[in-house]
Amino acid sequence: MWRFIGGRLLQAIPVILAVITVTFFLVRVAPGGPFDSEKAVIPEVKAALEAQYRLDLPLGQQYLAYLRDLAAGELGPSFKYPGRSVNELIAAGLPATAELGAYALLVAVLLGGLAGVIASLKPNSAQDYIPMSVAMIGICMPTFLLGPLLVLVFGIHLEWLPVSGWGDIPGDKLLPSLTLGAAYAAYIARLGRAGMLEVMSQDYIRTARAKGLPEWQVVTRHALRGGLIPVVAFLGPAFAGLLAGSFVVETIFQIPGLGRFYVQAAFNRDYTMILGTTVFLSTLIVLFNLLSDILAAWLNPRLRAQYGEA
Amino acid sequence: MLLRASRLLLPLAILASLLGCSAGESNVAQGNRDGILHFGNGSEPQGLDPHVVTGVPESKLIDALFEGLTRKNPWTLEPEPGAAASWEFSEDRRVITFHMQPEGRWSNGEPVTAYDFVWSWRRALDPAMGNLYAYMLYPVLNAEAYATGKIDDPELLGVRALDDMTLEVTLNEPTPYFLQLLDHYSSFAVPRATVEKFGEATDRFTRWTRVGNIVSNGPFQLREWHLNRRIVVEKNPHYWDADAVRLNGVVFYPTENLVSEERMFRVNQLHVTNDVPLSKFPAYRKLDDSPFIEAPYLGTYFFLLNTKRPPLDDVRVRRALSLAVDRESLTRNVLYGSNEPAYAITPPGTLGYQPPRLFSFDPEQARQLLAEAGYPDGEGWPGLELIYNTSESHRKIAVALQQMWKDVLNISVTLANQEWKVYLDSVSEMDFQIARRGWIGDYVDPNNFLDLYITGGGNNNTGFADPVYDEMILRQAPQAATQEERFAIFHEAETRLMEQMPIIPIYTYSSKHLVHPSVKGMPPNLMDFVNMKYIYLEDVPLTEFELE
Repeated sequence: MWRFIGGRLLQAIPVILAVITVTFFLVRVAPGGPFDSEKAVIPEVKAALEAQYRLDLPLGQQYLAYLRDLAAGELGPSFKYPGRSVNELIAAGLPATAELGAYALLVAVLLGGLAGVIASLKPNSAQDYIPMSVAMIGICMPTFLLGPLLVLVFGIHLEWLPVSGWGDIPGDKLLPSLTLGAAYAAYIARLGRAGMLEVMSQDYIRTARAKGLPEWQVVTRHALRGGLIPVVAFLGPAFAGLLAGSFVVETIFQIPGLGRFYVQAAFNRDYTMILGTTVFLSTLIVLFNLLSDILAAWLNPRLRAQYGEA
Repeated sequence: MLLRASRLLLPLAILASLLGCSAGESNVAQGNRDGILHFGNGSEPQGLDPHVVTGVPESKLIDALFEGLTRKNPWTLEPEPGAAASWEFSEDRRVITFHMQPEGRWSNGEPVTAYDFVWSWRRALDPAMGNLYAYMLYPVLNAEAYATGKIDDPELLGVRALDDMTLEVTLNEPTPYFLQLLDHYSSFAVPRATVEKFGEATDRFTRWTRVGNIVSNGPFQLREWHLNRRIVVEKNPHYWDADAVRLNGVVFYPTENLVSEERMFRVNQLHVTNDVPLSKFPAYRKLDDSPFIEAPYLGTYFFLLNTKRPPLDDVRVRRALSLAVDRESLTRNVLYGSNEPAYAITPPGTLGYQPPRLFSFDPEQARQLLAEAGYPDGEGWPGLELIYNTSESHRKIAVALQQMWKDVLNISVTLANQEWKVYLDSVSEMDFQIARRGWIGDYVDPNNFLDLYITGGGNNNTGFADPVYDEMILRQAPQAATQEERFAIFHEAETRLMEQMPIIPIYTYSSKHLVHPSVKGMPPNLMDFVNMKYIYLEDVPLTEFELE
């Protein structure tokens, strides 16, 4: 098992390095620079600014200097927010984004898992079609539509919940978590149903039934563990996706998260911020993929044997 | 085993605690009681160092925290005493002597002196500072030479302290709008001791503007700064005019998404919004006692024509395009009547100046001009491309123009949207045929618009070059003996400009906000300038804004 983890971590290094290199040079190819503004910039001022941010050096040197800083854990100063480092901006945005991602995942697993299991118990009946149709709508409904819709109903008309904010007013975390979690819940429902259907036709389930166990115990004690393996495999990438993709929800609900910084950085040509967030998020994605593989191995005895656990 | 009932309950419990009870007392109700204004400020500010940042959200914050030598009166836009209590001009109006506020204090209780301004102006102009707004101080003697590194002795700058309380400023030439520039943040004083405690004078990467570090001389001082969440300022007890300040504090929100902002306003989370979504105009206008406040804004929306590229190198083509635009219909139908049509670059009523009106919507003459240029009824038209930065309202206007040119002149123009920085690059490199453009005045004077089109000017971007025009703007107008004479010169210059038509003016901007009825002392004005010093909140009953 440890050899498996170590190997995967080693594999991650070239991946992340490639991401850094491609991002570094791609952002420089984009027209327009961080100091372009609507009003013409005095050439002397622009030169002074570029010198301060090392932009006057040849690109190759800038790249090496960036790698050196990165090795020391320094993501550099932000262009857009003078006086703040990228490390600081990420640290400021991460808690809200991570919390939102975690709640969204919770919503997704609870709603999606439940719907998937219920649907799988009576395939091709109303009990199957209704949750699965809802799930299909959930997958198709983009967050930028669902978010405002939920706000309109629960925030403006019913006045049950706040329309925006994060941790400012009690209850303001619910609508964003629901919005972000909905699409993933739908996905998990479909994965869960497929997984459960496969497991429910296995011999050991027939054995469990033959023992005379009541059906709910067959499901919770024997079927769930195997049936949810596809869902677990999906959770790692899903959480990373939730972190990287929460931009729309963060904007709709005015949440002070990482996603807003990330997208704004691209618009602002905030080179260090684009790179910093990309490096950070790609590391997270690699990490969560690894975690979900480990979890899947732990759940699946066949895989466990393959990775050589005693 | 994995999912016992108890384990299922835990996440459910967390979810339930998230829901909690629903919204209690609204921000507006609480704010009205405690004298706290909840202000939608558009976006997270870049920072709070007056010599580093640019932008409107930054200016609103810095105006609350700091104060220049003068401060605009929000009703008249006339300069009022700020850090300077009074001032007098020399006979030739080139030297201004400022007398500092006797009770002027930084928020740490230290006095604000003339030396603070001398040191700060040197900092603002220092090339190492990389101050994008350094040019605001260019009317000061030798400021431009110093800022561009041609001289490096700061003693040569036209700003010096005669003593703690007296500041003497020498200008290159009489500059009627100079006092207005003094309430722009690039001319503000920063606290030397604090700045130097956290780094070099010209350091951009310091922590001096952080909560607990920053010292300021305005009506408010910084209390909280939560990135992308809110910035809270509270009344500054050391402010020289603290008795006149009626708010106890202001909370600034980075309301980037204007649709969300409007919803926050509707549920009384905000007193004032930064903007209003176009689609909500009709519904808000219909309300009795509408919170929708519109006012003319010192800015012009127009299109740049690249006079270096055919067919736009022909003035007849440029005029034909402009004459074929029905601005009345455009502002009424596309912009919901919220803007006035523009026929010149300077907005009407800029300090009493009225720009020339040389033309109007004239399809007949437009067709004739195009025919004279060699394209009768659009025959042989080589095609044109119009670029705009990606935005729904820019797109609507571009589509309307495209249609008008098709209908009136029978010519085709293709539209291309570009992402903001790509668009800026295209404009500054003149890599376009027609490009959308807007210009917002930094100070109320026709000069701020007319000096855009001097030959080779950084913001000209059209290739327009007219030595006579340059002479009028750069030499004659500054030498004019009276404001009347000066405006007459501007009028003549602008007439020349609009005859050549390097730009197609479309409309004059307007500022739009939703303002809660409890907010008083915040008049709309031409600069969309908010003087927090005069704002107060009346405890009116909260209204529900029911929109159709």
